[in-house]
Amino acid sequence: MTSYVQRADREDALAKTPPAWRTAIRRHRQLYFMLIPSALLLIFLNYYPLWGIGIAFVDYNPFRGLAGSPFVGLDNFVDAFNRPQTLTILRNTLFIAIMKLVLGQVIAVIFALMVYEVRFAIYRRAVQTLTTLPYFLSWVVLGGTFVTILSSTGPLNTTLTGLGLEPIGFLRDQGTFPWTLILTDVWKNFGFGAIIYLAALTQINPELYEAAAVDGAGRWARMRRITLPGIMPTIILMAALNLGNVLNAGFEQILVLYNPAVLATGDVLDTYIFRIGLQGFNYEIGTVVGLLKSVVGFVMILTSYWLAARFANYRIF
Amino acid sequence: MIREKNLANVIVDLVIMAVLALIALSCLLPFLHVIAVSLSERGAVAADRVGFIPIGFTIDNYAFILRNNQFFNSLWISILRVAVGVTTTLVIVFLTAYPLALDNIRMPGRLSFKVFMLVGFLFSGGLIPTFITYGTLGLINNFWVLILPSAINVFFIIIMMNFLRGIPHELAEAAWLDGASHLQVIRRVYLPISRPALATIGLFSAVGHWNSWFDGVVYLQQAKDWPLQSWLYSLVTTRQIQWQSAGTSASDIASNFQNATPDGLAAALIVVAALPIMMVYPFMQRYFVTGLTLGSVKS
Repeated sequence: MTSYVQRADREDALAKTPPAWRTAIRRHRQLYFMLIPSALLLIFLNYYPLWGIGIAFVDYNPFRGLAGSPFVGLDNFVDAFNRPQTLTILRNTLFIAIMKLVLGQVIAVIFALMVYEVRFAIYRRAVQTLTTLPYFLSWVVLGGTFVTILSSTGPLNTTLTGLGLEPIGFLRDQGTFPWTLILTDVWKNFGFGAIIYLAALTQINPELYEAAAVDGAGRWARMRRITLPGIMPTIILMAALNLGNVLNAGFEQILVLYNPAVLATGDVLDTYIFRIGLQGFNYEIGTVVGLLKSVVGFVMILTSYWLAARFANYRIF
Repeated sequence: MIREKNLANVIVDLVIMAVLALIALSCLLPFLHVIAVSLSERGAVAADRVGFIPIGFTIDNYAFILRNNQFFNSLWISILRVAVGVTTTLVIVFLTAYPLALDNIRMPGRLSFKVFMLVGFLFSGGLIPTFITYGTLGLINNFWVLILPSAINVFFIIIMMNFLRGIPHELAEAAWLDGASHLQVIRRVYLPISRPALATIGLFSAVGHWNSWFDGVVYLQQAKDWPLQSWLYSLVTTRQIQWQSAGTSASDIASNFQNATPDGLAAALIVVAALPIMMVYPFMQRYFVTGLTLGSVKS
């Protein structure tokens, strides 16, 4: 069926009056007006700050502004890369972020498969309600909670020493701290992350299970041959989309939980930019590191969308 | 699903349910501990004797917070931020999604705007350039810095667009044939139908605004302008409350709130900050799937 709008457009085109695109714009002028507020927000809050990237190429003088600061070319980049901690921070970022993505997804899938096996709807519902709670709380709330629980005299370590075990320096020990970050992040997100797999599980055709049972497939075999393949497209999609986060090790979480004792293993790009740039007033190095993170992060997000479109038929628009 | 009723299967069922119970419990116990600490007396908190049940029940920590001016200041800013922030976000999201979603209407420049929006949203200049340019825009120490940057959220806009696309076009065409303007069509047709989508986006936006704290800490230099979670951040990381409230002197604190402790106060404030979320999120469950499919990439 040709719609009224399309028909009107075609008539305009045939009438040889002004070009069709101009008529289209005039006819739906209101639509363009509606985009003005978001266009202004984007221009001022998203595009205008890109001008500040120039700080990376000057010896920045806050009182004279960007235009009044002397141009130094790539000196700041050389300086950033010559700092010994830069490589460590990059390594910390990648390790923490990748472990969070991998473990987070594995645990969410396993949890979803377990919930799916439970027969009682009320039980499933109760488990899901409780496990999605941490996702909705801020890292300030959760961080405050973990600082209390994981401290050397907190309930967890008191229990460990009570059992005759060595206390664990969750927030103080350099080797343990990244794992504290990884596991608390997995704990925060697995319940919510499982929802998408549980939604995919409801789409599996029940007849498949009946047919498999007739053929003598046991419970484990059905899970491996029907349930898991059934949610495989969703698993691949989420894995592809996760790729956009490989440089996001969890800024807010680390800001709340870290301390000088664990800087060597817990410092990541975002916390480094924050500390050296805004707290240490080294705007140039903060901008350089932030710019590199933005560029790589942007490429990773585009790649992840491309992969998701290619392998999971996912379209954002 | 098929379920054979034999002993092995029943045992597997029980094991799965037991493991799930433990997992669910692990999501609850940390908060029970914090609640217990917030309600326990000074000695027990100082000696780390509190488990999951309050020891020497006291409400001094809460009473103290209620005597603190900063608390009411922050609470008010948090409430204001949620109200203004959600309203602004919903208006911007709807205004942006509507023209972009009407694929039947020829609109030159639509694709360019989508690209402009996506690139602007996904590519950021980084923390320092943003901070510096927000200064020249007058957004530092300005309440609106908590509202405007999160008002244009591309994931929300995509959710809204997909929803609007699902509405039969014929509904609006009848109105257009009668000569109605877009604003009239929106008011009479699209807005009433869009209520579920707006509710989803509004709830997620509200939770996001209530939970945000980093923007407050960075862009607002004075503690009096901070929302509750920003104040909680400084409390959690320093364990120091600034006792500037009128009428509370050091001696007043010592005599009236003997059982208040820094740890207890932090715990009480954590409870207060988490409570609205705990009350709202169970009702959001039916919206989760929509929120999840697009929200997976954090910025």
